[in-house]
Amino acid sequence: MGNSLTIEGVNAGYGAVRVIENVSMNVASGTTVVLLGTNGNGKSTLIKCIMGICRPTSGRIVAEIDGEKHDLVGMKPEAIVDLGIALVPEGRRLFPRLTVEENLLLGAFRPVARVQRKKNIDFCYETFPRLAERRRQLAGSMSGGEQQMLALARALMLAPKILLVDEPSVGLAPLLVSRTIDTIRDLKAKYQLTVLMAEQNFTQAIRIADSGYVIVHGRIAFEGRSADAHNNNDLIRKFYLGL
Amino acid sequence: MRNSLFVLLAVLAAAAVYAAARIVDNPYVFFAGYVVLQFVVLATAWNILGGYCGYVNFGSAAFFALGAYTTVAMVKFPALAAKYLPEPLIAVTNLIFPLPIPVLILFGGVIAGLVGLGTGYLTLRLRGVYFSIATLALAVVLQTLVVNWDYVGGSRGAYVVRPATTPFFGIDYMEYLFLMMLALSVATLAAARSIERSRLGFGFAAIRDDELAAESCGVPTLRLKLVATALSGAFMGMAGAPFPYYIGFLEPSSAFGLAYAVNSIAMPMIGGTTSWIGPLIGAVLLGTLQQLATVTIWSELSLLIVGLLLIGFVIVAPNGIVGLLETLLGRKRTEPARAADAEGKA
Repeated sequence: MGNSLTIEGVNAGYGAVRVIENVSMNVASGTTVVLLGTNGNGKSTLIKCIMGICRPTSGRIVAEIDGEKHDLVGMKPEAIVDLGIALVPEGRRLFPRLTVEENLLLGAFRPVARVQRKKNIDFCYETFPRLAERRRQLAGSMSGGEQQMLALARALMLAPKILLVDEPSVGLAPLLVSRTIDTIRDLKAKYQLTVLMAEQNFTQAIRIADSGYVIVHGRIAFEGRSADAHNNNDLIRKFYLGL
Repeated sequence: MRNSLFVLLAVLAAAAVYAAARIVDNPYVFFAGYVVLQFVVLATAWNILGGYCGYVNFGSAAFFALGAYTTVAMVKFPALAAKYLPEPLIAVTNLIFPLPIPVLILFGGVIAGLVGLGTGYLTLRLRGVYFSIATLALAVVLQTLVVNWDYVGGSRGAYVVRPATTPFFGIDYMEYLFLMMLALSVATLAAARSIERSRLGFGFAAIRDDELAAESCGVPTLRLKLVATALSGAFMGMAGAPFPYYIGFLEPSSAFGLAYAVNSIAMPMIGGTTSWIGPLIGAVLLGTLQQLATVTIWSELSLLIVGLLLIGFVIVAPNGIVGLLETLLGRKRTEPARAADAEGKA
């Protein structure tokens, strides 16, 4: 049973500003796909379009969940969450004045996830023992690394089929970035997730990617089927890494 | 504590308040107590949207006035009926009207709730300060409408004559109104408390802390905000519904008074916005202080008191009295430290 994501010819923007132009991508079942690009190129907008938070002006976004296809365009965010698509937002976006445990429970706000919340919260504490120690602490008072763990754990509370991760490296020290990327890789393997990750940190992101796309000024500039294809591409070296 | 137990305790507390007011045996206690209770309802209602969801409403006076003017419209209805309706319908009208206070409270609540819902639809795409400005505009628009609506008295105002008798053992009418407001306070507090502990309140808290994150967790943010604006508006309208009977003569500038907007923000802020008890404490404290100042010094002093206290609390205890007590009792959970974001140590 596949859990994949197909984006076809999506255009999106805010008001008169077009941010994304004719973007097509494919996230095959059980793979990790990275969306690479520097600031302001439309990565977060594309992720928001998938979650139904921002509505594309044209194009199709189709999620295949357990072999069944759903067109996400026009669906409300809560309906998309119900399908089993979870987002780890950029900058973590925790609920700072709620406790760690309350943050996790909000990850299971939907009725579909609620029924399993006890089991899932145990999974989360098992995966991130640090969170179990701090379950009564306010989320806003934790360090950035712990907050990133909580943001990931909160998304896992849905027991998602497809995990969207938006810029997990933002505001983290280099060592923590590589740890976070490792964690995403481990979670993907453990929960058999399909992962789409938007990231600026090329070298870190490409480590765990099965394939990747480079987005420049709202357009897909390069599509690579493997990490090597990205590493050895002159275009990327020139425009993205500046080498 | 179970909801039913809470309601029982609240009713007992209300009974104690009523008994105490009777023992004092001074009609002024009911007169002043009514105003304090009215602010308990207003502050609690404001807090449903402002405290739980984080949407600051500057237009409380508009919802309060809606309730009051719904009552005026109902009171004036028999006269209108006598003019335009056929004879048998007039007889029916005279049989039903004047409507009893609880029914008027219900009507005021429904009308203000519907307007709250409409306001929500129009403004809830706005966030932060823009939402607040929109609510301020709502108050101005509604006041202009009422001023130009002759049926409810327009800018001249409207007299509402109290019935000579009350349905309860012939107690004084002011005492009757006091009792009604006491019952409404219990109902509002019980509603606020049960919201706080429900999945709805959990969703509200998520919206308050981070709306985008709430959305990506699947919290139906728009729907929840509409529930909050409707509920908050409805309770404010209910608080306003008996007001014409209390005051006797209602004019737009008193119904849309600045005091309602300011008090319903200041009382929860001073008491504490995170739980139902905060607005209660704030309203009882400020309301009583204002009533005392009105009698002993000067009625215009009351808003000055509110302003000074609000400034003081914002500086000394930004989480209100409840937050201050939690800190003093050491039950406070660690405050979010922005410095932790600077990172590097985990």
